[in-house]
Amino acid sequence: MASVTQNFMKLFRGSSGSTEAAPAQAAQKLTRRSSGLGELSRAWDSETPLCVLDLGSTSPTNIRFFTERSHKIYSEDLLVASTEPHLVTKDEQGNTILDSRRFLADNLVYPAAHFDVVLCWNLPDYLDESLVRPVMGRLWSVLKPGGMLLAFFHTKDAGPDSPCYRFHVVGKDILEMQRIVLKREARRGPTGAVHTAISDGFRLQRVFNNRHIETLFRDFASIKFFLARDNVREVLVVR
Amino acid sequence: MSAPLSADLAQIGKSVVIKGELSGSEDLYVDGQVEGSISLKGNSLTVGPNGSVKASVEAKGLVVQGKLEGNVQASDRVDLRKSAVVTGDISTQRISIEEGAYLKGKIDIQGKSEKAAGK
Repeated sequence: MASVTQNFMKLFRGSSGSTEAAPAQAAQKLTRRSSGLGELSRAWDSETPLCVLDLGSTSPTNIRFFTERSHKIYSEDLLVASTEPHLVTKDEQGNTILDSRRFLADNLVYPAAHFDVVLCWNLPDYLDESLVRPVMGRLWSVLKPGGMLLAFFHTKDAGPDSPCYRFHVVGKDILEMQRIVLKREARRGPTGAVHTAISDGFRLQRVFNNRHIETLFRDFASIKFFLARDNVREVLVVR
Repeated sequence: MSAPLSADLAQIGKSVVIKGELSGSEDLYVDGQVEGSISLKGNSLTVGPNGSVKASVEAKGLVVQGKLEGNVQASDRVDLRKSAVVTGDISTQRISIEEGAYLKGKIDIQGKSEKAAGK
């Protein structure tokens, strides 16, 4: 319990700004209590098989957690997918943006009202600005009415260098957080293309305030905030 | 990295490109490119580190070290190694995924009773 508390305070603090993480640091997993997850767990404790969409990095732990409970899990790493070079385009003002239509033609392609639960994690904070609203719109459409989405948002106190984590569900309201490794080594993405952006790691793109978050999820039926001491707000929305 | 040699192991080397339906009754190691479908109902498929498979796969076991795009039906188990990049739905009884593997798709774990019932 002491280690949980200790780890709790470490989360979402700014990094040193280094572009290469030490291997030991990268491999370290921090434990965190999640009130939002605890609320969601009521859904997957039921005997009804659920359809769960995990939008974080592929997590063997999450796959094991949900399949052991007879739920179906879909894994789709949208942050990695957003680094596909062919998405880069220009808007009318000549600014470099990502083509959201093309992105949604390749990703989140599911029937309407397909999922009971979407684990969005910290995706909105790290996703390119041009993709955030289109992605949230698509997530609304693939969630079942009454389906739930869990997302994490940094507060401004977190700092611009807050590291990007992947999340592993290890208990009813317990998450393991693993810092996404920043390395110079390029990695193949879903189309086999080499992602240069990955080599620089994912940077916090923005900080949403409560009003922004409410606007982002305005099409959803309800929204619930869970405040934590680690410069992060958990948000549970219901379609 | 070379495939383990076995009397009942067929190999597709990294310079080989195959388009069409592949079926057989021995284990298969693919380090080249295959496009179409692969059916090895009682045997295993290994996609090597240089392998690129764009096919629906039906096999007893599947090990992926390279790239696989297509739906997988494995009657026994699936192993995704750390260099695996898999896009497609996987239906199997057991699965192991190494840290670093990339998966875009659904995982459906089927019990023996479910499989027997044809669900």
